Amino acid sequence: MSDITLSAGQLWMLVVLLSGVAYGLKVLGFVVVGNRTMPPVLERCLALIPASLLAALVAKDTFTSAQELVLDARAVGLAVAIVAVWRKAPFIVVVVAAMAATALVRTLA
Amino acid sequence: MFQHEFESTLGNSRMSSAHPRAEDSERKRVVSASLTLGAAVGITALSFGLAAVSSGATVLQACALSFFTFTGASQFSAMSVVGAGGSLGAAFGGAALLSVRNFVYGVALAGRVSNDASGRRLPLLQRLLAAQFVIDETTAMTTAESNPRLARTAFWVTALSLFITWNLGTLVGALAGSVLDTNALGFDAAFPAAFAAMLPSHLRTRRGRMAALTGAVVCVALTPFVPVGMAILVAVVGVLFGVRP
Repeated sequence: MSDITLSAGQLWMLVVLLSGVAYGLKVLGFVVVGNRTMPPVLERCLALIPASLLAALVAKDTFTSAQELVLDARAVGLAVAIVAVWRKAPFIVVVVAAMAATALVRTLA
Repeated sequence: MFQHEFESTLGNSRMSSAHPRAEDSERKRVVSASLTLGAAVGITALSFGLAAVSSGATVLQACALSFFTFTGASQFSAMSVVGAGGSLGAAFGGAALLSVRNFVYGVALAGRVSNDASGRRLPLLQRLLAAQFVIDETTAMTTAESNPRLARTAFWVTALSLFITWNLGTLVGALAGSVLDTNALGFDAAFPAAFAAMLPSHLRTRRGRMAALTGAVVCVALTPFVPVGMAILVAVVGVLFGVRP
């Protein structure tokens, strides 16, 4: 994962932008809108954002490298992670097991 | 987000009795569940610190993200896109979209946390402070309590315990990441594993499963044709499964 193209300044800008937007969204919901009901269709769609994006991130971080589709040791890591999640292992066990499996496959290859 | 970790602590949540001693023990239960969750989240923060540094962030940048952004999935997402060589806009866009759920949580928590015990609204400054702590875990712990007093306790104890462990864990993880050979150890596999661990609570409904499948397929299909990280943004079309009631 050393294909980074952002400068130190751009990374700081990311930190500032993301912090600002995240806090702005928290304030908008908690302080500005407050205890009101939202249109059900909006509520349903917003509730699905994490499902869509987290699954997309899993796919991206396992099967792509920059703009290329690849099948490498990370796929084994993901398979191990899925089994661990399915067996309700704690977060850290899921992550460490996936890393260990990936490192092992790389060493053997 | 890390629902499976605290389902066990939430499992025995029940209506509290009006009896003062019973309320006292209920309070202890809420405090201890919130602290336990804080410890678990600290471990997650370790992996965030490691992953952020292995993606090219400095220790200070990783810590600043945890302190000011303070919403895990967005932080992981931003660093994942940066590490893959994505642009500033791509890294920011996906992470900001993930953060929209904090808005939804804010709406859900406002009625439970904005007032004090006598029903009076908290001062604006205190509400602005509380807003920073409106995240997955505080929402889960607060909405699990039907007694308003216990709900407020759950919110504040979870908020403070998580804020401390999340930031400490990030610092320790980032420091460790800056001295380890992160590529050799398979740290790039930490990202998909972390996201996979965050998913289950969103896959309980058919709608959620369809949205997830669509997101993953769209992302992989678009990756060769769009700038790095942009496929994540387009993958948000999965939310259209929420249009029909």
